[in-house]
Amino acid sequence: MDALGAIFASLYQFGDAFAFLVLSACGLAIIFGMMGVINLAHGEFIMCGAYVTVMANRAGLPLPVAVLAGAVVAGAIGVLVERLVIRHLYARPLDTIVATWGISLIATQGTLIVLGSTMTGVGTPLGSFELAGNSYSTYRLVLMGSAVAVLVLLYLFFNKTRFGVLARATIQVPHMAEALGVDTRLIYAMTFGIGAGLAGLTGGLYAPTMTMVPTMGTTFIMEAFVTVVVGGADVFLGTAPAAAALAIVKASLTSWYGQLFGQIGLLIAVILVIRLLPRGVSGFLLRERA
Amino acid sequence: MRREVILTTRDLKAGYGGKPVLQGVDFTVRHGEIVAVIGRNGVGKSTLMKALIGLLPTNSGSILFNDAPIEALPASKRARLGIGYVPQGRDVFPRMTVEENLKVGVQIRGTAGPEDFERIYTAFPILKERRTQRAGTLSGGQQQQLAIGRVMISSPALVLLDEPSEGIQPSIVQDISRTIRAMNEATGVTIVFVEQNLDMIRATAQRCYVMDKGRIVAEIAAHDLDDRDAVRRYLAV
Repeated sequence: MDALGAIFASLYQFGDAFAFLVLSACGLAIIFGMMGVINLAHGEFIMCGAYVTVMANRAGLPLPVAVLAGAVVAGAIGVLVERLVIRHLYARPLDTIVATWGISLIATQGTLIVLGSTMTGVGTPLGSFELAGNSYSTYRLVLMGSAVAVLVLLYLFFNKTRFGVLARATIQVPHMAEALGVDTRLIYAMTFGIGAGLAGLTGGLYAPTMTMVPTMGTTFIMEAFVTVVVGGADVFLGTAPAAAALAIVKASLTSWYGQLFGQIGLLIAVILVIRLLPRGVSGFLLRERA
Repeated sequence: MRREVILTTRDLKAGYGGKPVLQGVDFTVRHGEIVAVIGRNGVGKSTLMKALIGLLPTNSGSILFNDAPIEALPASKRARLGIGYVPQGRDVFPRMTVEENLKVGVQIRGTAGPEDFERIYTAFPILKERRTQRAGTLSGGQQQQLAIGRVMISSPALVLLDEPSEGIQPSIVQDISRTIRAMNEATGVTIVFVEQNLDMIRATAQRCYVMDKGRIVAEIAAHDLDDRDAVRRYLAV
């Protein structure tokens, strides 16, 4: 294997880990960062997106459309959950943890009862390509592109659109946004819906690479929480750099010592960050700027 | 000329949790007036402002805005009817730019043109200079100007200001007083403000209500405001 091939292999591994961390975490980060709600049902929104994607695809929709359908359905369920449950708990943030955990259990068990313990998935599309003697999955490149696209679109959405500006205002000083005529209840419902929809998108994107089981959401949960804890409350200043840093840890440990050590490395990284930067990367960056 | 009433409260009671602060406030403001609410610390002036904009629920009594009861409406609906609120401590959105803060203010109107921003930048030139700067990095006086600009940009009919002079250097206080009067003359906007600073009150208000123990206990006409001793007497009730 020549040097170029080795560099590509490392970049590919890094990109794959980065995409997984970003896509796992972004929905959770938005709901936590913008609303202060720790959504323990995050994994189940991912599972929901994956199931809807597979069912839509097997019903005849092309995969990209099926993935979007998964995101939309998860987002709609997110809005519903916010209206029925989360809305009543904004004054009691700790209770949202219990409530979303309950929703998570109901969703997992409900799916198990209704759809059974496994479901036939869809194959990974696009095949593979060879470079310097190694074989790579082309679809993983799509996932990397999607992660970057999600970050760029989220940035544009929250900074350039009217809704985004009002959402940031609501998050920073809720009572003042309300006093300026912003319908903050609508903003919260939409924000929760966007977070859930992003989780659904992640589920849809990864569905072709995974076994379809009701507990598949847990695959993403550890990475999602580690990234959000390391990143802190800001999606752009936190999640993206945290995912990049953690991807280096995970990709290098995984390629040298295997999957298990990649996971252990992530946990050690998060423990170090909690000790050194209690408010995460974005808390550190924001304090430095102010 | 007897002008139309814009705001009336009748036996307004409100407070935090079970603790009533406003014990039955009755007062009236007419279109185009500049009215100050004065009184010692802790008599309920800020509570009154919060109850009027709707950040604090009304326990009993009524608030009439242009003859329609608004006490049951949430703050966002009251804002949409044309009531602007500048809180104590300004509450600018710290991690948003000056321009984005103004954008939040103007969104009630649906569409906003560059001329709306220009109008505010003309009244507060410092905001134009700093328009891409994060609001959290502005000085207290600049934040106050931004908070006032943020409500004025939507052309409200009534603006509630809670201690606009608090924590601001005297030269800026004069600027703010001048700007409030100029905006009142130019647009006819009605102003109700809570204040402790005598210079600010005398330079700005046309008449004053005096609050004590959660009630309005006196009214001072404009010409009596020049009698410093009279005003002091009320502040030391």
